[in-house]
Amino acid sequence: MEYELLSPSEQQLFVKTTGIRYRHVARPGLTTGDLCYAAATELLKKLNWRGEDVDLVIMVSQSPDYFLPATAIILQDRLGMKKSSVALDINLGCSGYVYGLSVISAMMQTGAFKKALLLAGDVSTAATNKKDKSTYPLFGDAGTATALEYNRDYEIAFDLNSDGSGQRAIYIPHGGIRHPIDSTTFKEQTLEGGIIRHHRNLWLDGSEVFNFSVREAPTSIQTLMNFTGTTPDEVDYLILHQANKLMDETIRKKLKFPAEKVPYTLHDFGNTSSASIPLTIVHACRERQALTTKWLLSGFGVGLSWGSALLTTHNVVLPEIQYI
Amino acid sequence: MDSLEIFTEKLLVELDSFPPESLKPDTHYRQLPEWSSMHVLIIIAFCETEYGITVTGEDLRGCSTLRDLHNLLLTRQ
Repeated sequence: MEYELLSPSEQQLFVKTTGIRYRHVARPGLTTGDLCYAAATELLKKLNWRGEDVDLVIMVSQSPDYFLPATAIILQDRLGMKKSSVALDINLGCSGYVYGLSVISAMMQTGAFKKALLLAGDVSTAATNKKDKSTYPLFGDAGTATALEYNRDYEIAFDLNSDGSGQRAIYIPHGGIRHPIDSTTFKEQTLEGGIIRHHRNLWLDGSEVFNFSVREAPTSIQTLMNFTGTTPDEVDYLILHQANKLMDETIRKKLKFPAEKVPYTLHDFGNTSSASIPLTIVHACRERQALTTKWLLSGFGVGLSWGSALLTTHNVVLPEIQYI
Repeated sequence: MDSLEIFTEKLLVELDSFPPESLKPDTHYRQLPEWSSMHVLIIIAFCETEYGITVTGEDLRGCSTLRDLHNLLLTRQ
Protein backbone atom coordinates (compact mmCIF):
# COMPACT_ATOMS: atom_id res chain seq x y z
CA MET A 1 0.00 0.00 0.00
CA GLU A 2 1.85 3.06 -1.24
CA TYR A 3 -0.35 6.10 -1.29
CA GLU A 4 1.14 9.43 -0.49
CA LEU A 5 -2.11 11.06 0.67
CA LEU A 6 -2.14 8.74 3.69
CA SER A 7 0.59 9.13 6.30
CA PRO A 8 2.36 5.92 7.41
CA SER A 9 0.16 5.70 10.51
CA GLU A 10 -2.98 6.33 8.38
CA GLN A 11 -1.85 3.63 5.95
CA GLN A 12 -1.43 1.22 8.84
CA LEU A 13 -4.94 2.04 10.10
CA PHE A 14 -6.31 1.72 6.57
CA VAL A 15 -4.80 -1.74 6.09
CA LYS A 16 -5.98 -2.85 9.52
CA THR A 17 -9.56 -1.61 8.99
CA THR A 18 -10.14 -2.47 5.35
CA GLY A 19 -7.87 -5.50 5.09
CA ILE A 20 -6.55 -4.14 1.79
CA ARG A 21 -2.79 -4.23 1.22
CA TYR A 22 -2.58 -4.66 -2.57
CA ARG A 23 -4.77 -3.89 -5.57
CA HIS A 24 -4.50 -4.62 -9.27
CA VAL A 25 -5.13 -1.69 -11.56
CA ALA A 26 -5.94 -2.13 -15.25
CA ARG A 27 -3.58 -0.24 -17.54
CA PRO A 28 -5.20 2.49 -19.65
CA GLY A 29 -7.17 0.97 -22.50
CA LEU A 30 -7.70 -2.39 -20.80
CA THR A 31 -11.42 -2.82 -20.36
CA THR A 32 -13.76 -4.93 -18.27
CA GLY A 33 -14.64 -6.74 -21.49
CA ASP A 34 -10.96 -7.57 -22.02
CA LEU A 35 -10.62 -8.90 -18.47
CA CYS A 36 -13.73 -11.04 -18.74
CA TYR A 37 -12.73 -12.23 -22.21
CA ALA A 38 -9.41 -13.48 -20.84
CA ALA A 39 -11.20 -15.25 -17.99
CA ALA A 40 -13.78 -16.75 -20.33
CA THR A 41 -11.30 -18.11 -22.87
CA GLU A 42 -9.26 -19.77 -20.13
CA LEU A 43 -12.39 -21.29 -18.62
CA LEU A 44 -13.70 -22.54 -21.98
CA LYS A 45 -10.33 -24.19 -22.62
CA LYS A 46 -10.41 -25.95 -19.24
CA LEU A 47 -13.96 -27.18 -19.83
CA ASN A 48 -13.28 -28.16 -23.41
CA TRP A 49 -16.14 -25.97 -24.58
CA ARG A 50 -16.08 -24.01 -27.79
CA GLY A 51 -17.53 -20.51 -28.05
CA GLU A 52 -20.23 -21.81 -30.37
CA ASP A 53 -21.36 -24.28 -27.66
CA VAL A 54 -22.46 -21.39 -25.43
CA ASP A 55 -25.94 -20.09 -26.14
CA LEU A 56 -26.28 -17.41 -23.47
CA VAL A 57 -23.85 -14.81 -22.12
CA ILE A 58 -24.67 -12.27 -19.43
CA MET A 59 -22.20 -9.53 -18.51
CA VAL A 60 -22.50 -7.85 -15.12
CA SER A 61 -20.64 -4.57 -14.93
CA GLN A 62 -20.92 -0.87 -14.16
CA SER A 63 -17.86 0.00 -16.22
CA PRO A 64 -18.85 -1.30 -19.65
CA ASP A 65 -16.58 -1.06 -22.67
CA TYR A 66 -19.04 1.45 -24.19
CA PHE A 67 -22.16 3.29 -23.09
CA LEU A 68 -23.65 1.27 -25.96
CA PRO A 69 -23.70 -1.38 -27.35
CA ALA A 70 -23.81 -3.87 -24.48
CA THR A 71 -20.44 -5.42 -23.70
CA ALA A 72 -21.99 -8.91 -23.67
CA ILE A 73 -22.81 -8.58 -27.35
CA ILE A 74 -19.26 -7.51 -28.16
CA LEU A 75 -18.08 -10.59 -26.27
CA GLN A 76 -20.53 -12.81 -28.17
CA ASP A 77 -18.50 -11.90 -31.21
CA ARG A 78 -15.08 -12.12 -29.56
CA LEU A 79 -15.84 -15.53 -28.06
CA GLY A 80 -17.07 -16.97 -31.36
CA MET A 81 -20.59 -17.60 -30.10
CA LYS A 82 -23.36 -18.27 -32.61
CA LYS A 83 -25.49 -15.36 -33.81
CA SER A 84 -28.52 -17.24 -32.47
CA SER A 85 -27.16 -16.91 -28.92
CA VAL A 86 -28.51 -14.43 -26.36
CA ALA A 87 -26.24 -11.72 -24.98
CA LEU A 88 -27.14 -8.98 -22.52
CA ASP A 89 -25.69 -6.75 -19.82
CA ILE A 90 -26.80 -6.23 -16.25
CA ASN A 91 -25.94 -2.85 -14.69
CA LEU A 92 -25.13 -3.83 -11.13
CA GLY A 93 -22.01 -3.74 -8.97
CA CYS A 94 -21.49 -5.28 -5.55
CA SER A 95 -24.69 -7.39 -5.68
CA GLY A 96 -24.15 -8.15 -9.35
CA TYR A 97 -22.73 -11.65 -9.18
CA VAL A 98 -25.63 -12.95 -7.09
CA TYR A 99 -28.16 -11.13 -9.28
CA GLY A 100 -26.39 -12.41 -12.38
CA LEU A 101 -26.59 -15.99 -11.12
CA SER A 102 -30.28 -15.48 -10.40
CA VAL A 103 -31.08 -14.11 -13.86
CA ILE A 104 -28.99 -16.64 -15.75
CA SER A 105 -30.35 -19.61 -13.83
CA ALA A 106 -33.94 -18.35 -14.23
CA MET A 107 -33.39 -18.14 -17.99
CA MET A 108 -31.79 -21.57 -18.09
CA GLN A 109 -34.31 -23.41 -15.99
CA THR A 110 -36.75 -23.65 -18.88
CA GLY A 111 -34.21 -25.74 -20.71
CA ALA A 112 -33.98 -23.15 -23.48
CA PHE A 113 -30.26 -22.65 -22.82
CA LYS A 114 -27.87 -25.54 -22.31
CA LYS A 115 -24.56 -23.79 -21.72
CA ALA A 116 -24.13 -20.25 -20.45
CA LEU A 117 -21.46 -17.83 -19.34
CA LEU A 118 -21.86 -15.31 -16.54
CA LEU A 119 -19.20 -12.63 -16.84
CA ALA A 120 -18.78 -10.24 -13.94
CA GLY A 121 -16.25 -7.49 -13.33
CA ASP A 122 -15.33 -3.85 -13.27
CA VAL A 123 -12.51 -1.45 -13.94
CA SER A 124 -13.60 0.57 -10.90
CA THR A 125 -10.30 2.43 -10.70
CA ALA A 126 -11.31 4.38 -13.81
CA ALA A 127 -13.92 6.23 -11.72
CA THR A 128 -11.90 6.99 -8.60
CA ASN A 129 -9.95 10.21 -8.05
CA LYS A 130 -6.38 9.77 -6.83
CA LYS A 131 -6.95 12.73 -4.53
CA ASP A 132 -9.90 11.01 -2.84
CA LYS A 133 -8.34 9.04 0.00
CA SER A 134 -11.73 7.60 0.98
CA THR A 135 -12.18 5.70 -2.31
CA TYR A 136 -8.98 5.57 -4.37
CA PRO A 137 -7.14 2.98 -2.27
CA LEU A 138 -10.19 0.72 -1.90
CA PHE A 139 -10.82 -0.56 -5.40
CA GLY A 140 -9.06 -3.02 -7.65
CA ASP A 141 -9.91 -4.14 -11.18
CA ALA A 142 -10.92 -7.66 -12.14
CA GLY A 143 -12.99 -9.68 -14.59
CA THR A 144 -14.41 -13.16 -14.06
CA ALA A 145 -16.22 -15.86 -15.98
CA THR A 146 -18.54 -18.54 -14.60
CA ALA A 147 -19.79 -21.36 -16.80
CA LEU A 148 -23.17 -22.97 -16.15
CA GLU A 149 -24.61 -26.10 -17.75
CA TYR A 150 -28.31 -26.97 -17.73
CA ASN A 151 -29.40 -29.64 -15.27
CA ARG A 152 -33.13 -30.06 -14.75
CA ASP A 153 -32.72 -31.25 -11.17
CA TYR A 154 -30.32 -28.57 -10.00
CA GLU A 155 -31.48 -25.85 -7.59
CA ILE A 156 -30.08 -22.54 -6.43
CA ALA A 157 -31.96 -20.55 -3.78
CA PHE A 158 -31.90 -16.75 -3.74
CA ASP A 159 -32.89 -13.83 -1.58
CA LEU A 160 -32.80 -10.56 -3.57
CA ASN A 161 -33.53 -6.98 -2.50
CA SER A 162 -33.41 -3.38 -3.69
CA ASP A 163 -33.64 0.05 -2.08
CA GLY A 164 -33.36 2.99 -4.46
CA SER A 165 -33.71 5.48 -1.62
CA GLY A 166 -30.01 4.80 -1.02
CA GLN A 167 -29.04 5.77 -4.58
CA ARG A 168 -26.62 8.45 -3.41
CA ALA A 169 -24.68 6.21 -1.03
CA ILE A 170 -22.52 5.15 -3.97
CA TYR A 171 -22.92 6.94 -7.28
CA ILE A 172 -21.31 8.82 -10.13
CA PRO A 173 -23.31 12.07 -10.41
CA HIS A 174 -22.69 13.12 -14.03
CA GLY A 175 -22.57 11.36 -17.36
CA GLY A 176 -26.03 9.84 -17.52
CA ILE A 177 -29.16 11.41 -18.93
CA ARG A 178 -30.15 12.82 -15.52
CA HIS A 179 -27.08 15.08 -15.57
CA PRO A 180 -25.05 14.91 -18.78
CA ILE A 181 -21.42 15.95 -18.84
CA ASP A 182 -21.18 19.74 -18.85
CA SER A 183 -18.76 22.50 -17.96
CA THR A 184 -19.11 21.80 -14.23
CA THR A 185 -18.52 18.04 -14.42
CA PHE A 186 -14.76 17.94 -14.07
CA LYS A 187 -14.39 20.82 -11.60
CA GLU A 188 -12.92 19.25 -8.49
CA GLN A 189 -14.56 19.89 -5.14
CA THR A 190 -12.91 19.64 -1.74
CA LEU A 191 -15.16 17.94 0.79
CA GLU A 192 -14.90 17.33 4.53
CA GLY A 193 -11.71 15.52 5.50
CA GLY A 194 -9.78 16.89 2.54
CA ILE A 195 -11.50 14.53 0.09
CA ILE A 196 -11.29 15.81 -3.51
CA ARG A 197 -13.72 14.64 -6.21
CA HIS A 198 -15.36 15.81 -9.40
CA HIS A 199 -18.74 14.75 -10.70
CA ARG A 200 -17.51 12.00 -12.96
CA ASN A 201 -15.79 10.32 -10.00
CA LEU A 202 -17.28 7.76 -7.65
CA TRP A 203 -18.98 9.42 -4.67
CA LEU A 204 -19.09 7.09 -1.67
CA ASP A 205 -20.67 7.70 1.74
CA GLY A 206 -18.60 5.24 3.75
CA SER A 207 -20.61 5.25 6.97
CA GLU A 208 -23.97 4.95 5.18
CA VAL A 209 -22.72 1.99 3.14
CA PHE A 210 -21.24 0.43 6.28
CA ASN A 211 -24.52 0.77 8.22
CA PHE A 212 -26.53 -0.58 5.28
CA SER A 213 -24.25 -3.58 4.79
CA VAL A 214 -24.08 -4.70 8.42
CA ARG A 215 -27.85 -4.28 8.70
CA GLU A 216 -29.06 -5.90 5.47
CA ALA A 217 -26.49 -8.56 4.57
CA PRO A 218 -26.99 -10.60 7.77
CA THR A 219 -30.78 -10.32 7.40
CA SER A 220 -30.64 -11.50 3.79
CA ILE A 221 -28.36 -14.41 4.62
CA GLN A 222 -30.45 -15.43 7.61
CA THR A 223 -33.65 -15.18 5.54
CA LEU A 224 -32.15 -17.50 2.96
CA MET A 225 -30.94 -19.96 5.58
CA ASN A 226 -34.37 -19.98 7.24
CA PHE A 227 -36.13 -20.44 3.88
CA THR A 228 -33.95 -23.40 2.93
CA GLY A 229 -33.67 -24.83 6.46
CA THR A 230 -29.87 -24.47 6.37
CA THR A 231 -27.65 -23.95 9.38
CA PRO A 232 -24.14 -22.44 9.43
CA ASP A 233 -22.78 -25.91 10.23
CA GLU A 234 -24.05 -27.20 6.88
CA VAL A 235 -22.41 -24.42 4.85
CA ASP A 236 -18.84 -25.00 3.74
CA TYR A 237 -18.12 -21.40 2.79
CA LEU A 238 -19.81 -18.05 3.29
CA ILE A 239 -18.43 -15.84 0.52
CA LEU A 240 -19.14 -12.18 1.20
CA HIS A 241 -18.67 -9.34 -1.23
CA GLN A 242 -15.16 -8.09 -0.49
CA ALA A 243 -15.74 -4.45 0.39
CA ASN A 244 -14.07 -3.90 3.73
CA LYS A 245 -12.76 -6.43 6.23
CA LEU A 246 -14.17 -4.68 9.29
CA MET A 247 -17.60 -4.62 7.61
CA ASP A 248 -17.42 -8.27 6.59
CA GLU A 249 -16.17 -9.35 9.99
CA THR A 250 -19.09 -7.51 11.61
CA ILE A 251 -21.46 -9.42 9.29
CA ARG A 252 -19.70 -12.71 10.06
CA LYS A 253 -19.92 -12.16 13.81
CA LYS A 254 -23.60 -11.21 13.66
CA LEU A 255 -24.30 -14.49 11.86
CA LYS A 256 -21.99 -16.45 14.17
CA PHE A 257 -20.10 -18.03 11.27
CA PRO A 258 -16.65 -19.33 12.21
CA ALA A 259 -13.72 -17.43 10.68
CA GLU A 260 -12.42 -20.46 8.78
CA LYS A 261 -15.63 -20.56 6.71
CA VAL A 262 -15.36 -16.92 5.61
CA PRO A 263 -12.35 -16.39 3.33
CA TYR A 264 -11.01 -13.03 2.15
CA THR A 265 -9.24 -11.72 -0.94
CA LEU A 266 -9.29 -8.07 0.18
CA HIS A 267 -5.62 -8.21 1.15
CA ASP A 268 -4.42 -9.02 -2.35
CA PHE A 269 -7.09 -7.53 -4.61
CA GLY A 270 -9.09 -4.81 -2.79
CA ASN A 271 -12.76 -4.28 -3.61
CA THR A 272 -13.31 -5.73 -7.09
CA SER A 273 -17.05 -4.99 -7.27
CA SER A 274 -19.10 -7.79 -8.88
CA ALA A 275 -15.94 -9.84 -9.43
CA SER A 276 -15.19 -10.16 -5.73
CA ILE A 277 -17.31 -13.23 -4.99
CA PRO A 278 -16.09 -15.44 -7.87
CA LEU A 279 -12.54 -14.12 -7.39
CA THR A 280 -12.63 -15.19 -3.75
CA ILE A 281 -13.92 -18.64 -4.69
CA VAL A 282 -11.11 -19.14 -7.22
CA HIS A 283 -8.35 -17.63 -5.11
CA ALA A 284 -9.19 -18.78 -1.60
CA CYS A 285 -11.16 -22.01 -1.99
CA ARG A 286 -9.14 -24.04 -4.47
CA GLU A 287 -9.02 -27.07 -2.22
CA ARG A 288 -12.77 -27.55 -2.80
CA GLN A 289 -12.41 -28.31 -6.49
CA ALA A 290 -12.92 -32.05 -6.30
CA LEU A 291 -15.30 -31.91 -3.37
CA THR A 292 -19.01 -31.38 -3.02
CA THR A 293 -19.30 -27.89 -1.57
CA LYS A 294 -22.22 -25.91 -0.18
CA TRP A 295 -21.68 -22.20 -0.85
CA LEU A 296 -23.54 -19.28 0.66
CA LEU A 297 -22.84 -16.13 -1.35
CA SER A 298 -23.83 -12.57 -0.45
CA GLY A 299 -23.32 -9.35 -2.39
CA PHE A 300 -24.40 -5.89 -1.14
CA GLY A 301 -23.78 -2.31 -2.14
CA VAL A 302 -24.38 0.15 -4.93
CA GLY A 303 -28.04 0.80 -5.69
CA LEU A 304 -28.66 0.03 -2.95
CA SER A 305 -28.94 -3.58 -3.99
CA TRP A 306 -28.25 -6.77 -2.13
CA GLY A 307 -28.75 -10.48 -2.51
CA SER A 308 -27.70 -13.88 -1.29
CA ALA A 309 -27.54 -17.28 -2.95
CA LEU A 310 -27.20 -20.82 -1.67
CA LEU A 311 -25.86 -23.47 -4.04
CA THR A 312 -23.94 -26.71 -4.04
CA THR A 313 -21.19 -27.61 -6.47
CA HIS A 314 -19.80 -31.03 -7.27
CA ASN A 315 -16.34 -31.13 -8.84
CA VAL A 316 -16.22 -27.43 -9.73
CA VAL A 317 -13.50 -26.39 -12.18
CA LEU A 318 -11.42 -23.47 -10.92
CA PRO A 319 -8.75 -22.26 -13.39
CA GLU A 320 -5.83 -20.27 -12.06
CA ILE A 321 -6.17 -16.50 -11.94
CA GLN A 322 -4.52 -14.78 -14.86
CA TYR A 323 -2.84 -11.40 -14.60
CA ILE A 324 -2.95 -9.53 -17.91
CA MET B 1 -24.81 -1.51 29.08
CA ASP B 2 -21.29 -1.14 30.40
CA SER B 3 -20.31 1.80 32.57
CA LEU B 4 -18.62 4.72 30.84
CA GLU B 5 -15.28 3.56 32.22
CA ILE B 6 -15.55 0.01 30.87
CA PHE B 7 -17.08 1.22 27.59
CA THR B 8 -14.12 3.58 27.12
CA GLU B 9 -11.61 0.84 27.96
CA LYS B 10 -13.14 -1.57 25.44
CA LEU B 11 -13.46 1.03 22.71
CA LEU B 12 -9.87 2.21 23.13
CA VAL B 13 -8.70 -1.35 22.44
CA GLU B 14 -10.60 -1.26 19.13
CA LEU B 15 -9.48 2.24 18.18
CA ASP B 16 -5.89 1.30 18.94
CA SER B 17 -4.15 4.24 17.23
CA PHE B 18 -4.24 6.89 19.96
CA PRO B 19 -1.32 7.52 22.32
CA PRO B 20 -2.04 6.39 25.89
CA GLU B 21 -4.00 8.94 27.92
CA SER B 22 -4.74 11.11 24.87
CA LEU B 23 -8.33 9.89 24.44
CA LYS B 24 -10.48 10.11 27.54
CA PRO B 25 -14.26 10.19 28.00
CA ASP B 26 -14.43 13.97 27.65
CA THR B 27 -11.76 14.43 24.98
CA HIS B 28 -13.05 16.02 21.77
CA TYR B 29 -11.78 13.17 19.62
CA ARG B 30 -12.13 14.91 16.26
CA GLN B 31 -9.53 17.41 17.38
CA LEU B 32 -6.92 14.73 17.94
CA PRO B 33 -4.33 14.56 15.13
CA GLU B 34 -4.74 10.77 14.91
CA TRP B 35 -8.50 10.99 14.27
CA SER B 36 -9.56 9.59 10.88
CA SER B 37 -12.78 8.63 9.07
CA MET B 38 -11.72 5.00 9.61
CA HIS B 39 -12.40 5.51 13.31
CA VAL B 40 -16.05 6.24 12.50
CA LEU B 41 -16.36 2.78 10.95
CA ILE B 42 -14.54 1.17 13.86
CA ILE B 43 -16.98 2.78 16.31
CA ILE B 44 -20.00 1.70 14.26
CA ALA B 45 -18.70 -1.89 14.11
CA PHE B 46 -17.88 -1.90 17.83
CA CYS B 47 -21.35 -0.71 18.88
CA GLU B 48 -22.91 -3.30 16.58
CA THR B 49 -20.89 -6.31 17.66
CA GLU B 50 -20.35 -5.49 21.33
CA TYR B 51 -23.79 -4.13 22.19
CA GLY B 52 -26.02 -4.98 19.23
CA ILE B 53 -26.79 -1.26 18.87
CA THR B 54 -26.84 0.51 15.51
CA VAL B 55 -25.08 3.85 15.39
CA THR B 56 -24.97 5.81 12.13
CA GLY B 57 -22.53 8.30 10.69
CA GLU B 58 -25.10 10.99 11.36
CA ASP B 59 -25.35 9.89 15.03
CA LEU B 60 -21.62 10.21 15.33
CA ARG B 61 -21.63 13.68 13.80
CA GLY B 62 -23.80 14.67 16.79
CA CYS B 63 -21.23 13.29 19.27
CA SER B 64 -17.99 15.03 20.19
CA THR B 65 -16.76 12.86 23.07
CA LEU B 66 -16.87 9.23 24.14
CA ARG B 67 -19.20 10.34 26.93
CA ASP B 68 -21.62 11.67 24.28
CA LEU B 69 -21.40 8.33 22.49
CA HIS B 70 -21.97 6.36 25.68
CA ASN B 71 -25.01 8.51 26.49
CA LEU B 72 -26.35 7.86 22.98
CA LEU B 73 -26.00 4.12 23.46
CA LEU B 74 -27.82 4.32 26.79
CA THR B 75 -30.83 5.83 25.00
CA ARG B 76 -30.75 3.03 22.42
CA GLN B 77 -30.76 0.06 24.78
